[in-house]
Amino acid sequence: MREVHVSKITEIIKKLCMDANYYLGDDIKNKFYEFKEKETSKLGKEILDILINNSEIAEKEQMPMCQDTGMAVVFMEIGQDVHIVGGNIEDAINEGVRQGYIEGYLRKSVVKDPLDRVNTKDNTPAIVHYNIVPGDKIKITVAPKGFGSENMSRLKMLKPADGVEGVKRFVLETVKEAGPNPCPPIVVGIGIGGTFEKAAFLAKKALLRSIDEENKNPYYAKLEKEILDEINKLGIGPQGFGGLTTCLGVNIEVYATHIAGLPVAVNINCHATRHKEAII
Amino acid sequence: MQKKITTPLTNECIENLKAGDSVLLTGYIYTARDAAHKRLVELIEKGEDLPFDVEGQIIYYVGPTPAKEGMPIGSAGPTTSYRMDPYTPALLDKGLKGMIGKGKRSLEVVESMKKNRAVYFAAIGGAAALTAKCVKESELVAYEDLGAEAIRRLYVEDLPLIVVIDAEGNNYYEIGQQEYKKSIE
Repeated sequence: MREVHVSKITEIIKKLCMDANYYLGDDIKNKFYEFKEKETSKLGKEILDILINNSEIAEKEQMPMCQDTGMAVVFMEIGQDVHIVGGNIEDAINEGVRQGYIEGYLRKSVVKDPLDRVNTKDNTPAIVHYNIVPGDKIKITVAPKGFGSENMSRLKMLKPADGVEGVKRFVLETVKEAGPNPCPPIVVGIGIGGTFEKAAFLAKKALLRSIDEENKNPYYAKLEKEILDEINKLGIGPQGFGGLTTCLGVNIEVYATHIAGLPVAVNINCHATRHKEAII
Repeated sequence: MQKKITTPLTNECIENLKAGDSVLLTGYIYTARDAAHKRLVELIEKGEDLPFDVEGQIIYYVGPTPAKEGMPIGSAGPTTSYRMDPYTPALLDKGLKGMIGKGKRSLEVVESMKKNRAVYFAAIGGAAALTAKCVKESELVAYEDLGAEAIRRLYVEDLPLIVVIDAEGNNYYEIGQQEYKKSIE
């Protein structure tokens, strides 16, 4: 059985925390240029230029694109033929987050208790999702999530009779209600199906996929495009000052569900849509 | 055209600012977000002095990233303003004249801004590395225990802002979106 030492996990998570906060994804950068050509609002165009410029400064000076460097959401895809040695895996992950956020000059935005609200001062604990998969590799994805956009996310248990129109209506309502708050242009992750918590997980997972890459199922690929176009007809625009560019991409993930239900979760992300991955 | 403004804000300056104006702000401003606002309003309720005089001043809703050696501040973009809404009217009644953040405000805040003649500006959310370049000095004022949420006094030079809600209550999120929709009809 292949052995992986926990120190390797710590080292990789530390680097991914920093990289995710310093480097804007190429998929987002390309969309900025694409939308800049189409944007008819003068201020909207200027804002897109400012955000491009901001990403260049962040990259060059190794500083976070956004001051909200997020709560660290870590996805661990662990091959069933891997044996993790040298310590507790969750401690190793949190140690990586701690080192990444301290050494990378990232903001510590986590409070230990949701009501008592005392800052843990090292951005731990992370939110960790484990998945056991075939093989002998470990795939680690770090997706720091800012709360300006997280707070605008919604989940609703629709009726089966609501169908695809009900899904679209709920997504559009959520984006419209969010308005300028999540720093548009945004990226929208949608989870459809499963149970209450599975829908939320799917919506988060949808945000890990590049916005250049469509859903593998042609039906959902078409739905992603339709929802994107509908959102961009709302006129919210960059920062909410009016314009075409409200949303850069919509990703949908689906799962089987119960005969009585149609759970839908909408996870909103700002343009930064940070996620970086590595394979051990 | 961008208007140049300085702090403290005078009444004349405030009356000349209209929703949709682009401005460049120079001068001292104070940072405060959720936890600091809670403490400030608790002091007001107890009738005690605030750690700084808010009269004529601007509060920037920001929790910056730590500064690297030799830099005054780290990345420093705006946080979403609505979370400060429950605390804002009390500060406006104390003479606060401006707020910098992003996103919507409550009706109570807008009414209090009209009554107290104050302005709400937006900084560009997400452009935090760029915004940091405008901050020339940063000094701790209060609540060091709050870390990124501590109150700091910043000296900013030509900080680019947009007037979202003016002292008459005009709202550029509404106006801008309506204008855009009209333009594509």
